[in-house]
Amino acid sequence: MTSDLSAGARAKRQAGPHMIQMLTPEGDRVSSGEYDVFAAELDTKDLFGFYRDMVLVRRVDAEGNALQRQGQLGLWAPLLGQEAAQIGLGRALRSQDFVFPTYREHGVAWTRGIDPTELLGMFRGQSHGGWDPQANRFHTYTIVIGSQVLHATGYAMGIQMDGDVGTGDVDRDAIAVACFGDGASSQGDVSEGLTFAGAFNAPVLFYCQNNQWAISEPTSVQTPVPLNQRGRGFGVPGIRVDGNDVLATYAVARASADSIRAGNGPLLIEAYTYRMGAHTTADDPSKYRSDAETEAWAAKDPILRLRRFLEKEGITSDEFASVDAEADQLAARIRKTCVDMTPPSPEAMWENVYSEPHALVDEERETYLAYLDSFADAEANA
Amino acid sequence: MTTTMPLSKAITAGLRKAMEDDDKVVLIGEDIGKLGGVFRVTEGLQKDFGEQRVIDAPLAESGIVGTSIGMAIRGYRPVVEIQFDAFIFPAYDQIVTQVAKLHARTHGHESIPMVIRVPYGGGIGSPEHHSESPEAVFAHHAGLRVISPSTAHDAYWMIQDAIRSDDPVMFFEPKRRYWMRGDVDTAARGADTHAAQVVREGTDLTLVSYGPLMPTALDVVNAKAEEGASVELIDLRSLSPIDFDTIEASVKRTGRLVVAHEAPVFLGLSSEIAARITERCFFHLEAPALRVGGFHTPYPPSKLEEHYLPDLDRILDAVDRSLAF
Repeated sequence: MTSDLSAGARAKRQAGPHMIQMLTPEGDRVSSGEYDVFAAELDTKDLFGFYRDMVLVRRVDAEGNALQRQGQLGLWAPLLGQEAAQIGLGRALRSQDFVFPTYREHGVAWTRGIDPTELLGMFRGQSHGGWDPQANRFHTYTIVIGSQVLHATGYAMGIQMDGDVGTGDVDRDAIAVACFGDGASSQGDVSEGLTFAGAFNAPVLFYCQNNQWAISEPTSVQTPVPLNQRGRGFGVPGIRVDGNDVLATYAVARASADSIRAGNGPLLIEAYTYRMGAHTTADDPSKYRSDAETEAWAAKDPILRLRRFLEKEGITSDEFASVDAEADQLAARIRKTCVDMTPPSPEAMWENVYSEPHALVDEERETYLAYLDSFADAEANA
Repeated sequence: MTTTMPLSKAITAGLRKAMEDDDKVVLIGEDIGKLGGVFRVTEGLQKDFGEQRVIDAPLAESGIVGTSIGMAIRGYRPVVEIQFDAFIFPAYDQIVTQVAKLHARTHGHESIPMVIRVPYGGGIGSPEHHSESPEAVFAHHAGLRVISPSTAHDAYWMIQDAIRSDDPVMFFEPKRRYWMRGDVDTAARGADTHAAQVVREGTDLTLVSYGPLMPTALDVVNAKAEEGASVELIDLRSLSPIDFDTIEASVKRTGRLVVAHEAPVFLGLSSEIAARITERCFFHLEAPALRVGGFHTPYPPSKLEEHYLPDLDRILDAVDRSLAF
């Protein structure tokens, strides 16, 4: 039996952390100490830009869901509800930084200049990714949970070996960003990433979007301790930010990235948010969570709160309407691009298995293509 | 220029040369720095190239391989040392789901020029997990190249080829032959890494092996020669891809095939070779292709390993059974 004293000590240690918030759900600006200086760099136009980002990626997401329901995509992983967590992070980074995403990072992808239509291929079954990770320093999506955290850490070790950290040149000093979620926090690879980052003082930002659900498992199944504390034992300090507050996610990500860039070592951010939609289009959240819960989180909607704030700042209904019109155009373009995609040719299967020629791959391709050709010959002779 | 040296030191010399040739080559593994690795393969390299290029890693194999992927994406050519064969399995996920597939996943935009060095095989009296031969497990996965030298000369050249390759290469080192000395010609490279090599010509039977069993296989050739039988011996060298053409040409001349390795026979490389050569040489075969290897048991305690590992007599037994057909 646990003594009162140790129970008290446990409770104290596991108490909910302070959460950085700058915009209340009602859209009121609240002060947030040392992070206010980063928010102060943003004017209303910048924040309206964040609003536009969030509305457009939410529309991309809605289109993804719709295209899956129409049979145009095999699957879609919705980001609904996590727009602020992703746009704030993405807008806080510099072009020389490198992001290692999960498969739900559509908002971060947007900020890195990945066209939303690029994301459709893997969900339609055209490819397993396909874009050039170096072009925008945004890696292809990783499906195995948590694997990319090690890649980000190793990339950061490479930044360090190149001497591209702590020089004071903001156009040179770079960081790597490891995106992961509450479910991934249980993976050994995430702990190993923290281990290597701590041991080598690697310039990596661990960005955990705690969206409360790993498919059907609540975060409490993963850990009894707030996730912002996860890095502490590894030498990676963490902070919790309101993941539905784009001003706060931006400011905290900026502050953290600046610190890491300066050579002060890895940091962890827990963006406390909510997966408003399903895990994927194959999921049914009604089987494991209550309407009351989703309604409570809907009241904290990241787009709604920024809109309330911007209305007070003088953004007009015409300006908001122009974003909606842009979203309509984007959605139409996504739909058209998606349905116009033609299936890859069979020989694509053997392309890029290796960088250099491989006898078995060559033999199998030739054999199979000859087999396919035999049907064409038969049809021609029929 | 030819120098005589142990196989392990030939790998050291090859690593050193590769590091001199390309400053993007970095080594990472457990105990590979000051200690020079538990088999001393990286001895002296940290002293000469610094802690940034010869990295003592935390004890986490998945972390070692996973961070090496990140370094490769950053433009480095990481050479990973796995301390012992069966310690690779914590890294299996990263190797199979990431290392092997990133080139295809990115439509060729990204290459992962990583080498994973694995001391493998038994015969050194070790405890559990220190004597296994998991090469077929990795050869099964598209995207990986798998090679294994059996001589000091090949070790010197093949490690450099592996590092130069833009593909990920699993480099299996025959640990019980680390101390076997051989001539290394550092001026003339010899056969292509992915070509099998006929090391003894013969007319009556083709014996295929690789890595740590090659010296044993040579003993087989010599023993049969004394009995008046002529065995052709092929060193496979590359386990993915496999040079089936060289084996096919040989078997079409000899009509008989025996394949020997330390790894379990069941679904081992010998099974794939037997199947493919049977397809290619069906009307030339005088006997079924025979396989000699480990059993479908956990690798045994070392007091029993002499029964598990194919030796001269077990390979001779298969050769004689083939010749008796």
